[in-house]
Amino acid sequence: MAKFRKGGGRKLSAISTASLPDIVFMLLFFFMTTTSMKEVTLKVDQKMPEATELTKMEKKSLVKYIYIGKPKKEFQKSMGTGSRIQLDEAFANDPSEVEQYISQERASMKEEDQGGMIVSLKIDKDTKMGIVTDVKQALRNAYALKISYTSMQKVNNY
Amino acid sequence: MGKKREVQEINASSMADIAFLLLIFFLVTTSMATDKGLLRVLPAPMPKDQKVIDEAVKVKERNVLQILVNSNDELMVNGQPMEISKLREKAKEFIANPNNSEELPEKEVINAKFVGDIAITKSHVISLLNDRGTSYQVYLSVQNELVAAYNELREEFSRQKFGVALTDLAKSDPEKYEVITKKIYSMKISEAEPKNYGKEGGN
Repeated sequence: MAKFRKGGGRKLSAISTASLPDIVFMLLFFFMTTTSMKEVTLKVDQKMPEATELTKMEKKSLVKYIYIGKPKKEFQKSMGTGSRIQLDEAFANDPSEVEQYISQERASMKEEDQGGMIVSLKIDKDTKMGIVTDVKQALRNAYALKISYTSMQKVNNY
Repeated sequence: MGKKREVQEINASSMADIAFLLLIFFLVTTSMATDKGLLRVLPAPMPKDQKVIDEAVKVKERNVLQILVNSNDELMVNGQPMEISKLREKAKEFIANPNNSEELPEKEVINAKFVGDIAITKSHVISLLNDRGTSYQVYLSVQNELVAAYNELREEFSRQKFGVALTDLAKSDPEKYEVITKKIYSMKISEAEPKNYGKEGGN
């Protein structure tokens, strides 16, 4: 029969933390590869709609973003609770500002890229189509015809 | 003397802290990549002096699939209410017209590269009209179903004629891919000029 060791005497050896950096580095690399830098600070709520037929945006430099949604809590006092358009860091007062914004953005792109510009519409799923239609009209007027309705991959189709 | 000194190990206990710091930095400054979307192309703007051309471009009734979405997010397809889940099948039938039905778009024979003579519904149009009060999710679902209908038909065609999946064809033989997407099943989804025909909800 094995003898039970008497308590005391030996000290508990500390758990080796030598592999901890490896684990954390693994996590770090995981997040570095799966995430992307934030483009702007969002001032509107964004819950993406779901769809199945999605295309991944390949060239980031060609993509310009327009955000539409209800203002976040801290802006609701000044901006109200209706859906608003956010261009870069600021709210747009009127959908027609989109036109100007797009031509500005286009001018800042490289000349060979200008034709391939894609406008990514990041629109909250509870937004009404009225404001979306206005933005689409503005985009048409600005000849930004390639658009992408940003959405999440729907998990099961049926 | 005589006692050998062991080489001292580098203290790596702070490595974890450094890595954690980096990890937290990236967690805060980045967001999950959600850069996927439904690609669509808008029509060019209408000339300002031109009247709405609703009447000018008359299309035969059988060639049009009229989809209306009202402010209660209800769907009306060619005058009949419909669930979104059934839209895909309806659209596929409309685009392909497999039985050469009188009700569905007329077929024309065209000559396409790699395929030869083939009868397709060349002049079909899917017309989508939504209300200002329609919710974006529903609008996008409708668009998604229509795009899915095209994609499924293209996929079937690609497998039948070339024996490969469409995504593989796009990589291995872009020319054939173009024939399918541009000639045989080219997307014809037209969105009507916006009209405000219902009450606008909560905007």
